[in-house]
Amino acid sequence: MSGYGTAVVGVGQTEYSKDSGRSELQLASEAIRNALRDAGLGPADVDGLVTMSVDTNDELFLIRSVGIPSLRWSSRIPFGGGGSAGTVQHAVAAIESGLADTVVVYRAFNERSGRRFGQPGGRVVPPEWNWYLPYGLDTPAKIYSLWFQRYMTHYGVTNEDFGRYSVVARRHAATNPDAWFYQRPITLADHQASRWIVEPILRLLDMCQESDGGVAMVLTSAARARDLPHPPAYVAATALGQVMDGDTLFQYHLPDTTRFPQAEYVAEQLWKRTGLSPADIDTATLYDAQSPSVFFQLEAFGFCGPGEARDYIADGHIELGGSCPVNTHGGLLGEAYIHGINSMVEGVRQIRGTSHNQVAGARHVLCSSGKTAVVFAAG
Amino acid sequence: MAASVVPPSPVRDDAFFWEGVTRSQLLLRRCAQCERLHHPPSPMCPHCGSVEWRTEAASGEGTVHSWIVSAHPTEPDDSPRIVVLVDLAEGVRFVANLAGIAPADVTVGLAVRVTFETVGGVLLPQFRPVEVAE
Ligand SMILES: [Zn+2]
Repeated sequence: MSGYGTAVVGVGQTEYSKDSGRSELQLASEAIRNALRDAGLGPADVDGLVTMSVDTNDELFLIRSVGIPSLRWSSRIPFGGGGSAGTVQHAVAAIESGLADTVVVYRAFNERSGRRFGQPGGRVVPPEWNWYLPYGLDTPAKIYSLWFQRYMTHYGVTNEDFGRYSVVARRHAATNPDAWFYQRPITLADHQASRWIVEPILRLLDMCQESDGGVAMVLTSAARARDLPHPPAYVAATALGQVMDGDTLFQYHLPDTTRFPQAEYVAEQLWKRTGLSPADIDTATLYDAQSPSVFFQLEAFGFCGPGEARDYIADGHIELGGSCPVNTHGGLLGEAYIHGINSMVEGVRQIRGTSHNQVAGARHVLCSSGKTAVVFAAG
Repeated sequence: MAASVVPPSPVRDDAFFWEGVTRSQLLLRRCAQCERLHHPPSPMCPHCGSVEWRTEAASGEGTVHSWIVSAHPTEPDDSPRIVVLVDLAEGVRFVANLAGIAPADVTVGLAVRVTFETVGGVLLPQFRPVEVAE
């Protein structure tokens, strides 16, 4: 289709595990090699690299390992997992400005067998944490829960409501052979029997996994994409949304803590640029580090109104066969936690028609990590 | 109390606050030019560009905006520690702990007042329900 400037032409991954048994650099190298082979391209075609600021893989070690002879674009996006979908924005910026022809987006880590993000300590904390860390806010689950709890009390949402998302994610993962929780669905009773992580907000089965693995995507111009083997997943729009009172983790100083203004800002940009509305989105991946994140994004993107995500989920809209299936790969809860980049790979597969949980005729896919997002479109 | 309380590591932009804690004061920064409060503080006033500040002690009165029970993910805790987000009377929000109340009794809007207590060897602002504090 005319009008699109950039497309994803290759996706690659390693297996998703709890102990990869190899270095993060090897995981990144394998994922990139696999993505290039999928694209029908070689390392010499790559002239740009984009990853997340928290990735440990040095660009120069990586091009030496993958065999990329030279590089003329590299960038990294901050904001933790919230920036993961924004990697595509960086790639688009490079390609459409002519500063690179073919850009690889990658993320690889041993997040279970190496440093575990969910555990206290082990991280270099910025000075701003002085306002929070001494009081015990030492894990992402606790930090986010202090924000989620206000939403729960305001709308009367319970942990059981959150559990209905977890059940859907695990049901989708159960039929995705790539997922760690393949063939292992859960019931709401299982969810309610799992232990509290942060009482009374999050139980174990509200939490994303800890995973080892690597993921990569290859992006190039729409013109070049048409000559490559797979149907291109065109980038219809990308957006970043940050606001002054927001925070990557500590969303406590927002004027209205029951909302997610960054995602609302992202949505406003995406709908304006694409002319699409939530009703036009055939399937979505929404960043689910914890199940409540999905509630905030459903409301921010306008799939339902404020406080309505509980009913929207309970009514089956986000399940396969529903009006907008969400996280058809199982999400970060069910497939793996490769920091959100794996969810974009699922978005590309839906456009190609090759998802293990294919939404028939999917033409527009939203991939959101909350503070950044992309809409992929079929040609 | 909690096995490991991580002490603050004051830096230039928040040293005034932690110095105030040693004197049992909850210090907020007010812009010397446009008079607006700014918390958490930043070196420059986002409203007027001033880098001149006055510190003033908050009343210490507020209400519960949100709260959680903080438990260590893998190690046993001596007792649950409630983390509270307080709407201070001055119109800014502040994170600390809530003591002197069982988690099941905490409600949004509960009136609380600051105290200064040594927790796990660290002197910190703590809030207590107003009735109990009096
Ligand atoms: Zn000012």
